[in-house]
Amino acid sequence: MSEKIKKVDNIFSKDCNCKDILAKTLKKDKDSFIQELIDSGLKGRGGAGFPTGLKWKFAKMAEGDEKFVICNADEGEPGTFKDRVILQEVPQKVLGGMALCGHIIGAKKGFIYLRGEYAWMKQDLQKAIDEMHDAFKTMKLDFFIDIRMGSGAYVCGEETALIESMEGKRGEPRNKPPFPASIGFRGKPTVVNNVETLVYTLMIAHIGAPEFKSLGTADSAGSKVFSISGDTPIPGVYELELGMKLSDFVEEFGDGDTKAVQVGGASGFCVPRRKFNDTVIGFEGIPTGGSMMLFNSHRSMYNVLHNYLDFFVEESCGQCTPCRVGCQQLLKGIEAVKSKERDSSYLNELIKLSETMHTASKCGLGQSVANSFNSIVEEFTEEIMY
Amino acid sequence: MTKMINLKINDIPVTVEEGATILDAAKKANFKVPTLCNHSDLCVAGNCRVCVVEQVGARNLQASCAVPAAEGMEILTSSAKVRRARKNIIELLLSEHRTDCTKCYKNGKCELQDLATEYAVGDNIYIDLVPFNDYSVDLSSPSIMKDDSKCIRCQRCVRTCAEMQQVAAIAVANKGSEQKISTFFDKPMANVVCTNCGQCIIRCPTGALVERNSIDEVFDAIYDPDKHVVVQTAPAVRIALGEDLDFEPGERVTGKLVTSLKLLGFDSVLDTDFTADLTIMEEGTELLTRLKKALVDGDKDVALPMTTSCSPGWIKFIEHKFPQLLSNVSTCKSPQQMFGALAKTYYAQKRNIDPSKIVSVSIMPCTAKKYEANRPEMRDSGYKDVDYVLTTRELARMIKQAGIDFKSLEDNNYDSIMGVSTGAAVIFGATGGVMEAAIRTAYEIVTGKEVPFKNLNITPVRGMEGVKEASVKIEGCVEDWKFLEGVELKVAIAHGLVNANNVLQAVKNGKADYHFIEIMACPGGCLGGGGQPIPTSLEIRNKRTAAIYEEDMNMPFRKSHENPEIKLIYEDFLGEPLGHKSHELLHTHYTEREAY
Ligand SMILES: Cc1cc2nc3c(=O)[nH]c(=O)nc-3n(C[C@H](O)[C@H](O)[C@H](O)COP(=O)(O)O)c2cc1C
Ligand code: SF4
Ligand code: SF4
Ligand code: SF4
Ligand code: SF4
Ligand code: FES
Repeated sequence: MSEKIKKVDNIFSKDCNCKDILAKTLKKDKDSFIQELIDSGLKGRGGAGFPTGLKWKFAKMAEGDEKFVICNADEGEPGTFKDRVILQEVPQKVLGGMALCGHIIGAKKGFIYLRGEYAWMKQDLQKAIDEMHDAFKTMKLDFFIDIRMGSGAYVCGEETALIESMEGKRGEPRNKPPFPASIGFRGKPTVVNNVETLVYTLMIAHIGAPEFKSLGTADSAGSKVFSISGDTPIPGVYELELGMKLSDFVEEFGDGDTKAVQVGGASGFCVPRRKFNDTVIGFEGIPTGGSMMLFNSHRSMYNVLHNYLDFFVEESCGQCTPCRVGCQQLLKGIEAVKSKERDSSYLNELIKLSETMHTASKCGLGQSVANSFNSIVEEFTEEIMY
Repeated sequence: MTKMINLKINDIPVTVEEGATILDAAKKANFKVPTLCNHSDLCVAGNCRVCVVEQVGARNLQASCAVPAAEGMEILTSSAKVRRARKNIIELLLSEHRTDCTKCYKNGKCELQDLATEYAVGDNIYIDLVPFNDYSVDLSSPSIMKDDSKCIRCQRCVRTCAEMQQVAAIAVANKGSEQKISTFFDKPMANVVCTNCGQCIIRCPTGALVERNSIDEVFDAIYDPDKHVVVQTAPAVRIALGEDLDFEPGERVTGKLVTSLKLLGFDSVLDTDFTADLTIMEEGTELLTRLKKALVDGDKDVALPMTTSCSPGWIKFIEHKFPQLLSNVSTCKSPQQMFGALAKTYYAQKRNIDPSKIVSVSIMPCTAKKYEANRPEMRDSGYKDVDYVLTTRELARMIKQAGIDFKSLEDNNYDSIMGVSTGAAVIFGATGGVMEAAIRTAYEIVTGKEVPFKNLNITPVRGMEGVKEASVKIEGCVEDWKFLEGVELKVAIAHGLVNANNVLQAVKNGKADYHFIEIMACPGGCLGGGGQPIPTSLEIRNKRTAAIYEEDMNMPFRKSHENPEIKLIYEDFLGEPLGHKSHELLHTHYTEREAY
């Protein structure tokens, strides 16, 4: 590992007992733990990056005879597979984080919304849950965790679509506001957190905010788990310090011929080689839910973009106009430019369209198609045209 | 006290109540923001996105119909960013839309077309997506045409069918580019639980859901010299037709309606109100007979409460959803079908016309009536009792096609026979009206006295509350009806199938002790029917309701049993209510149907 990339062993470290951490934290004052979370600077690891402490605070303050904690394990972003590994390796930490959240906000019930394709791990996970339930009993913690299976729609990772789907409805994102922290599952205050985020909350309870913050930058505190794939000799899941330079990352993980890195999956940004030096991975630069895909010079960026757009055309829930129709127009649009049915100036119209999708779509899916579209079309115009 | 919110719309300060949307605030500041998926009768969807506005300082545009106004907001409803997005969105909608307006039934009455005109998107640059989609047109239903190529996926229909009607015959299927409005297993509309109520049609902004029209067939019949074409007009048509012909909602146009039908060339212009009065005689007697069986004979099998049967959407609903309660439904045909059966028998005899030469047409506020006329059991005259059903909207179109200047028409009276009616009949068009008419007559039959309400206006059964309950204490019975002395007659009234469903559920669970229930499939009753002029809203339905009760007050007779033509038909033809002839022509039976 190069000096510049800091590998961290926090999430997966087994030399801590999460039941003890939980038991210890349950005795602390709830508001001061929320303050600790806020001080830690922890931001959601599911993609949107909302400050976790604030989210818990809103849910705690919200009125409701019942509240819920949902662990978002839908992991649908192309190129992301870190939640799977976390759930396999350290399920107790995830469950501990959920219980902690439940205790703090006043929820007695938690759900893991598990990606449909991860059905194979359900049994092991249930075993871990049963074991944890016993521990809750000894701690006199009234908290119960259930697994709910997703059924393969990417959009159901979006927190409000996830909730709709858990309520037995079509997985369509809701209008926001209200946010789930005030009106969520069955209309009750609900915290939806990513698998990894929940683990970090427990780790912060363990090591404290200052130590957590000692890694990372002002805007991007701590470390993060990355799913690294594509043209790399060492694909896999790595926990790395946030705020690294993309050039250092490529030096570490690239195959010597990296021409672009897609940061944040299909809904993220494509960074070309000439920008590696100026690109920081974190909330001040380019954030990622974890996916880092490396492309070498043998890859056609047209194919990469085509692939992403195909994905969005199919995975848009279809309810809102900019996203449902916009995705189809972008896909058909680059095909038409490629085949010379439309001339290259049409790409400018498509970029304007992607702006509209960005500003006017109902949820993060349609809003973020512009990220990969604009970055690839602008940086690799020739590859799109010829 | 409600909290007030202060914000600025295009720099103009406005104050709205907490909970109001940005769209409401814009309206208050006199700015129009276009909308498509939004409808005042339905919950917020926020999916079309044409209503986006800019919130100063926010990264993304806001869907003004879905976002609550918040303190200190600064909103721009027509900034450069908004304009571009809005135009793009309209262009996108048109790019997946089979835009052949001149061949479209909704041409000139389409919200998408209006927007396209307003934003002048003739220069749409996007790729035509229609060839890539396999859109289908569903003509299976006799009431509704569903054309997916005209659908903008606003889900107004889906929300209508689920929220207002609790039928959910149509729902969203698939995702992404393949998302569409579909039925259970994509079956044809004719083979699912759809009640044909048409509530979806009057909320669909485009030509994706429209009525099956019979305009040409009716003109053909009129122009056929061999045919004698009789037309009947339902109560709720006369208070709404004007809306499609330059009148304001709530303006009564009864006299002009009659004149226009005569000008169109109908041979005889008659009134469904006549058979509405007849319904009261038949249904009232049926109720009293059921009560007698239950109270005097101690017959445990008699089905009570009895429900009305004049709304064919309601009939299909109960056939699908509560078949075990079908014996509670009055066996009376709807006024339309009573009329049809009599037109080719009683009327034919009286006027000495060969019934095979009679074409019977009805003008209805209702699309379910089209389905009803096609039921195989509706042929008791030996012919199809009602040949063609036209909606109020179709009639307005015919009047325009014939070049009639509706506004300047003189008033005329209905022809006779079967053209005389009472105020009790006209209120059939409003929720609670059948109940009120029935009580006016039944109370008087039983007690020999008028109902104890000022001006005969039984106000407790009126109004827009979803389920209304009332009771009338029966006192001073005449000899024949002594067994009802002191009985508290309990009634309920439901309109909109979601409310019908609630009442029926209570009946099914033995939680309701009503004697008589009036149910109308459509919100507000027939005046809010699926065949009425578009748009619809609570405000419009309230205006139509007021017009109906005005019409009632202006009628010389206000009680069905006082209708001289009703007395005549019993003397000359039917004998007595529930008599042999009535059974043959005026009553029917129902069919259990699948639950999906
Ligand atoms: C289309 C779409 C898909 C998403 N998929 C996921 C997902 O698979 N897992 C996840 O944790 N968050 C996903 N999110 C983000 C969630 O909406 C939500 O912000 C997140 O679960 C909050 O947790 P966090 O604050 O811990 O990150 C997705 C968002 C969008 C718009
Ligand atoms: S942006 Fe796309 S996924 Fe999100 S609500 Fe709109 S159509 Fe559905
Ligand atoms: S639905 Fe509207 S826009 Fe579409 S073809 Fe018909 S009239 Fe034109
Ligand atoms: S006609 Fe009525 S029941 Fe049928 S789909 Fe439309 S709203 Fe639903
Ligand atoms: S059928 Fe009409 S109301 Fe229904 S989604 Fe399509 S356009 Fe909207
Ligand atoms: S009218 Fe607001 S999103 Fe459709």
